[in-house]
Amino acid sequence: MSLLAHAPALQVVLPLVSAPLAVLLRHRNAAFAVVTAGAWAAFAAAIALWLQVGESGVISYHIGNWAPPWGIEYRVDRLTSFVLLLVSGMASIVLPYSRASIEREIPRELHYLYYAMFGLCLTGLLGMTITGDAFNIFVFLEISSLSTYVLIGLGRDRRALSASYRYLIMGSIGATFIVLGIGFLYLMTGTLNLADMAVRIRDIESSRPVLAALAFLTVGISLKVALFPLHQWLPNAYTYAPSAVTAFLAATATKVSVYVLIRFYFSVFGESLVFAKLPLPEIMLLLSLLGMFAANFIAIFQDNLKRLFAYSSVGQIGYITLGLSFDSFNGLAASIVHLFNHGIAKGAIFLLIGGIVAAGAKAGTGPLPLSFDRLAGLSRRMPLTCFGIVIAGLSLIGVPGTAGFVSKWYLILAAMDKGQWWLVAAILASSLLAVAYVWRFVEAAYFRPAADEVRREAPLSMLLPAWLLVLGSIWFGLDTSVTLGSALDAAQHLIGSKP
Amino acid sequence: MLDHFSYIITVFLMVSGLYIVMARGNLIKKLIGLSIFQTSVYLLYIVPAKLVGGTAPIISPQFSVYSNPLPHVLILTAIVVGVATMALGLALAVRIREAYGSIEEDEITRLDNAAEQAETR
Amino acid sequence: MTAADFILVALALPLLGGLGIVLAGKQPNLREGVTLTTAALLFYCVLQLLDPVLAGQHPAVTLLEPLPGLPVAFSVEPLGMIFALIASGLWIVNSVYSIGYMRGNGEANQTRFYLCFALAISAALAIAFAANLLTLFLFYEVLTLITYPLVTHAGSDKAKNGGRVYLAILMGTSVLFLLPAVIFTWHAAGTTEFRAGGILPADLAPATVCLLLALFMFGIGKAALMPFHRWLPAAMVAPTPVSALLHAVAVVKAGVFSVLKVIIYVFGLEALAGATGWLVAIAGFTIVAASIVALSADNLKRRLAYSTVSQLSYVVLAAALLAPLSVIGAALHIAAHAFGKITLFFAAGSIYTAAHKTEVSQLDGIGRRMPWTMVAFGVGALSMIGLPPAAGFVSKWYLVSGAFAAQHWLALAVVLASTLLNAGYFLPIVYRAFFRPLSADAEAHPHGEAPWPIVVALSLTAAGTVALFFFPDVPLALARQLVVAP
Repeated sequence: MSLLAHAPALQVVLPLVSAPLAVLLRHRNAAFAVVTAGAWAAFAAAIALWLQVGESGVISYHIGNWAPPWGIEYRVDRLTSFVLLLVSGMASIVLPYSRASIEREIPRELHYLYYAMFGLCLTGLLGMTITGDAFNIFVFLEISSLSTYVLIGLGRDRRALSASYRYLIMGSIGATFIVLGIGFLYLMTGTLNLADMAVRIRDIESSRPVLAALAFLTVGISLKVALFPLHQWLPNAYTYAPSAVTAFLAATATKVSVYVLIRFYFSVFGESLVFAKLPLPEIMLLLSLLGMFAANFIAIFQDNLKRLFAYSSVGQIGYITLGLSFDSFNGLAASIVHLFNHGIAKGAIFLLIGGIVAAGAKAGTGPLPLSFDRLAGLSRRMPLTCFGIVIAGLSLIGVPGTAGFVSKWYLILAAMDKGQWWLVAAILASSLLAVAYVWRFVEAAYFRPAADEVRREAPLSMLLPAWLLVLGSIWFGLDTSVTLGSALDAAQHLIGSKP
Repeated sequence: MLDHFSYIITVFLMVSGLYIVMARGNLIKKLIGLSIFQTSVYLLYIVPAKLVGGTAPIISPQFSVYSNPLPHVLILTAIVVGVATMALGLALAVRIREAYGSIEEDEITRLDNAAEQAETR
Repeated sequence: MTAADFILVALALPLLGGLGIVLAGKQPNLREGVTLTTAALLFYCVLQLLDPVLAGQHPAVTLLEPLPGLPVAFSVEPLGMIFALIASGLWIVNSVYSIGYMRGNGEANQTRFYLCFALAISAALAIAFAANLLTLFLFYEVLTLITYPLVTHAGSDKAKNGGRVYLAILMGTSVLFLLPAVIFTWHAAGTTEFRAGGILPADLAPATVCLLLALFMFGIGKAALMPFHRWLPAAMVAPTPVSALLHAVAVVKAGVFSVLKVIIYVFGLEALAGATGWLVAIAGFTIVAASIVALSADNLKRRLAYSTVSQLSYVVLAAALLAPLSVIGAALHIAAHAFGKITLFFAAGSIYTAAHKTEVSQLDGIGRRMPWTMVAFGVGALSMIGLPPAAGFVSKWYLVSGAFAAQHWLALAVVLASTLLNAGYFLPIVYRAFFRPLSADAEAHPHGEAPWPIVVALSLTAAGTVALFFFPDVPLALARQLVVAP
């Protein structure tokens, strides 16, 4: 068998191996090299899988050659490969960035541990995505969560510790809910393989344990998704984590959780149960709208730039779950494509913010140069950074020509399919709130007088990855064959033909 | 009622664990609550898998009643995860105690708010 | 090169020019040289497209396809040709003027200014050539964003606040109204391509058509239909060349141009019959109300801004009448108003540069010190009022004929009233400038004409205004194609 045939396993194994190697090597440069190599290899595997799925459809890989449903199956379809692409791609971009970034944010002797944790976190996220086994999802979820708590706790501010602790409590409750849900499903169906479970669940889908399982899974995953109002762990965790960690988490962690939600809803329970028989879509619609408005509104009044965009993430997750709640082809496509588009735009913003922190630390202006007073006139000091944040911000708003516009277009189309004009108005109005918070940054950075006007950009090794994502959020607004193509394919696969 | 006593215990543990996590302000007590909560889930998996008099599934003419091994294995994994979570949580509590001088949530929130106000001023 | 190539070259030229401007940023003379060369080349490219369009061809090119079935594509039709000719032609004159103005007033950040200017022209041309609603919307938003740094060029608090209003209204209307209108069109028609006779399905309920029209008309905030006109006066904090080109030509014309495009090519004139009564009323109200505000404004640029609001609604009114003659009038008015209003803004900037005066009440006797400027101002004023020998007369003639043909007496009354009001707020300025004695304050501060590039520029546009009266053949021929079935 060629190497390519084992791509699904390599996808997870390579970053998994890189993490303990990093610990054994005990040297930050070596650890950096190993984990980055692992991430890049994973990215290559993801590209290979994406191409392969495009040619030959769903790939089923049997771990240790044990046939499902007895053995663990890795199952790669369009959606899986698309999310794998996002996660491994983001890791490949963030890792080279972190080298210079953590230099100023994490004590040197801990660097090798940082890379090890990063590798584990990546492993967990990729594993959650690729596995076709319910309990495996939980295990990988905990691998990524535990390493995430550590990564957040590495932040310099002591509030990083309390944020990490709070996330640990909330996250563990969420994960335990997920195991509960999986447990009920296992008790009822006697299988852990998702595809097998989906078949067996048909006869008993209205039984009470199955409904309980659905409820536990929904709440548990929503906690990890940070669906409003289960988002309380997110703002502090994003604000005080090291910059590179924030960027990676914002771009991938919540997205993978959304993916798991989609998997359970559409591939296991089936849309007829989730959306037709239960009031779930109404509840999800309401919570999404609340998130879009409340979180975006709160974001406008934040004084810390990182926290501002953290709240914005909660709002943007509202768009994704809103698309899900429509239970339509266009809605699902909008959600899936927004996973990706929001991931790169938000990743770009947090990477650039990390640049501001780094430049501020170099100049010795104190720990967190992110309050709006300190940002005054920033465009004179860091023109490239500021311009990048503005462009990525435009993508958050959904200005045409940026990636965000594509998602917004499909989201509105889905609302029109339903004939819900008030929803169209609500989506558009909430995107105006995004204009407000992005423009707060613009006015501070471009119009307020600067304390000093010495040019002090972030190092090139940080600017380049960030700008790669900035350009990405324009590129994927103009050429959508990869993003929208995958999303439409995936939606078709999940929901059947276009209505 | 008595037939379901194991489930009743499970639910009791689950609810009391969750209650402790939410109601207690002490970081260590919260972790204890979390642990109880997780333990209840272990029970939920193990109870239906265990048959009275059943053994491990070893092919041997002496035994005819087997317990389902899969949930046991799963929960073994879950226990490992739980231990790791607990270790990390306790380590964080230690670090928090070092940084804040307290492990009471109210006190930590108060210090955090004070720091925030100092920043915005 | 084929005509389609010229479209792409015309769109790319200002971008390349922008690059050149940045590279030459350290040497002002070279930088301005790049601007002028680019502008001249651009005008040449656009001219190459004129013959095919006059011959009835519509050269087209597709750039890329971001959404399935929704390409970013360009196609040159008569109306777009008029807009493109004006935008590219006046850019040359405006660049000459900018050089005089920006240097005369010692403005900062001139490289950024010329760069954004070039990019804005590119966006305006892309709007002019847009082959479908998506492309139009894309570059409509780009134009808003690219002109934002121009509006806030001064960087002062006043500029920031003006910029806020500018962005809030233009972004707000386009996101809240225009975007859903575009998506609904796609949803209902399955295409957003501009086609003669409209693309909307015939079975759409009249109420839906009305609602969609309202979304489009108010969504195109750049057309400054009341109550979404406030951005225009707010944007007057910009340096005068910006006000002149962008707020007499590119931005506002992009607005009314989009209105015309939507009415002619999305709805179709026949399909709208009976659905535009309210639009005539609102446009009429805007014309009269804005004129009355202009009457009481003492700040010269503010008066010009409100005059623009009022004149833009002429185009909307003419289009809403749906009569073939009035649609010709609307297309002509885009050209006529552009020449007249840019002359007026040039004059205002000239007065500011030479005499540092911004209020109408300070202009006593200024005509004797700045004869070129004030004569040009007079020509522009005549065009606004609609008197011969200025271009405004021609477009107004078609507009009035159209209103007669449609038997729309309200529209006629509005045009008549606004003509009087126009005269009421422009002629006193001309009278003041030539027939009142200089004030004591002005006696103490002698000054002459503005720097020569300014004088050359405003003389050229004034001459253009008159020339359009005597030789309206080309725009007329293009405008006629709009209403004659191909």
